[in-house]
Amino acid sequence: MSDRIDVRKTYKLYIGGAFPRSESAYSYEVKDNKGKFVANAALASRKDARDAVGAARKAFGPWAGRTAYNRAQIVYRIAEVMEDRRPQFVQAVVKSEGLTASKAEKVVDAAIDRLVWYAGWADKITQVVGNANPVAGPYFNLSTPEPTGVVAVLAPQESSLLGLVSVVAPVIVTGNTVVVVSSYERPLPAVNFAEVLATSDVPGGVVNILTGSAATVAPWLASHMDVNAIDLVGVAGDHGLATDLEVAAADNLKRVRRAPVAEPDWAVDPGLDAMTAFLETKTVWHPIGV
Amino acid sequence: MTSTPTVLDDVTRTESSLRQFLHGLPGVDQVGAEARAAGLGTRSIKTSAKAYALDLAIRMVDLTTLEGQDTPGKVRALAAKAMRPDPADPTCPAAAAVCVYPDMVATAKETLGSSGVSAVKVAAVATAFPSGRAALDIKLADTRDAVEAGADEIDMVIDRGAFLAGHYQQVYDEIVAVKAACARSNGEDAHLKVIFETGELQTYDNVRRVSWLAMMAGAHFIKTSTGKVQPAATLPVTLIMLEAVRDFRELTGQMVGVKPAGGIRTAKDAIKYLVMVNEVAGQDWLDPDWFRFGASTLLNDLLMQRTKMTTGRYSGPDYFTLD
Repeated sequence: MSDRIDVRKTYKLYIGGAFPRSESAYSYEVKDNKGKFVANAALASRKDARDAVGAARKAFGPWAGRTAYNRAQIVYRIAEVMEDRRPQFVQAVVKSEGLTASKAEKVVDAAIDRLVWYAGWADKITQVVGNANPVAGPYFNLSTPEPTGVVAVLAPQESSLLGLVSVVAPVIVTGNTVVVVSSYERPLPAVNFAEVLATSDVPGGVVNILTGSAATVAPWLASHMDVNAIDLVGVAGDHGLATDLEVAAADNLKRVRRAPVAEPDWAVDPGLDAMTAFLETKTVWHPIGV
Repeated sequence: MTSTPTVLDDVTRTESSLRQFLHGLPGVDQVGAEARAAGLGTRSIKTSAKAYALDLAIRMVDLTTLEGQDTPGKVRALAAKAMRPDPADPTCPAAAAVCVYPDMVATAKETLGSSGVSAVKVAAVATAFPSGRAALDIKLADTRDAVEAGADEIDMVIDRGAFLAGHYQQVYDEIVAVKAACARSNGEDAHLKVIFETGELQTYDNVRRVSWLAMMAGAHFIKTSTGKVQPAATLPVTLIMLEAVRDFRELTGQMVGVKPAGGIRTAKDAIKYLVMVNEVAGQDWLDPDWFRFGASTLLNDLLMQRTKMTTGRYSGPDYFTLD
């Protein structure tokens, strides 16, 4: 029994390292799994998506230009800061996904572990998917993976933290920058994640988080000529919308990671697919002995 | 002083009458001017009005390259872009002019002249651009060179040192002399734009004074900046210059153009300027003959916004030329 007045929060977006309100000035009510009011979240509009793409584009060159080793350190740092805020994330997962505290703890641990796991890949992926190709001529022939560019990610609707981390970390660790549309009904872990990103050495614009409806924002991202790839996992099961987005994405030949029929189980070992989906292979012919 | 309208004859007769007139101009309310400019910048221009504004802004661009590293190839590419800013869309209008150093005028002219479509003019900066620090005969020779090479417009810089020292007559005489040097043998004139470099003039009062000074000396256009000094064009400075050309026309019946240059990079900024032109000077100035943007990167953003309007999807810088 407390007579203290609730601090009712209205969260904001995360674009270019800052926390702006939505350009539309709209927000929406976030409810927990029992339908009780939790907080307000900003409802991202098409112009927020445009701004986020601009910020991601601006951040792409410097981010891709960092050494893989440095990106690894930064992604590891995200995990460190998340670990510090573990109780907050547990609470957010409990509220968002309706899990028990002990199950939520496992989810948060898995999310942090996944960041550490991907951080380790930053300076190893080139050795695994790159190659020194044997060619019939006096050349070194080297294939190396390069980041695709600005990637739009529709984050999973159900798994609001582990799913989010599992789609964002592999994209940025290889040098891409990302615009994420969070789960519509469960945006709180994404908002907390944005607060972690802002305080963990990640340059502004590398990750941009929009809370709101994928159905509203995604068509603008899919048709945006300055977005190089899109991950449609957030519209898993919505065949109609996924098809429309793929058609829109075809205009500038975006890489598309297609929407699965149902949301995957994020607890299983992710493999390399999430990283290689947003890498381009560059092959260089270098003359020998000249 | 044939260029001076008769009503202002008395003003330009002596240095002291000139000083008296310029110092007698009402002072600029700095806070008021900035608030007015900021207020006009909040207007929302959408849909068909925006489409109109974008096309108008493209038609007003003086596509500029003023670098020590300019090559003939770069100038040719720029001239080609001025004629067809968006090669994928034939409905896209041409830019107003290309603005280059005098030695590149012939190159630009050659590229622009070889096509039938070209209403694109060639503007050349002259008179020891950008500092304006040279003897008068050198400035005049510089001007004549550019005119002979075929420049349609001359962008001259004033001697800011003389202006700030209060030698108004000297600045006035220089503008008159350069204007005379703009005359072509066939009796036509290259249009004269007078650059103030407002970033070096310290006060808004000075901007108002120099605007009047240049207009009385016969400038066809008054231009904010060289683009080499920060701050370059700003909304309040342009506001003061627009007020000056409006008042000048009221007094003398002569119309003078305005050209903000430098620092205008986005279509949004350009539209703010157009709103201001309409509200302060009036609709008559909403024309490439009377208002120009001195810019290089602006054009790409205008084209991107134009493409967004025609295709309905956001465009990216990958689809437009790098200059």
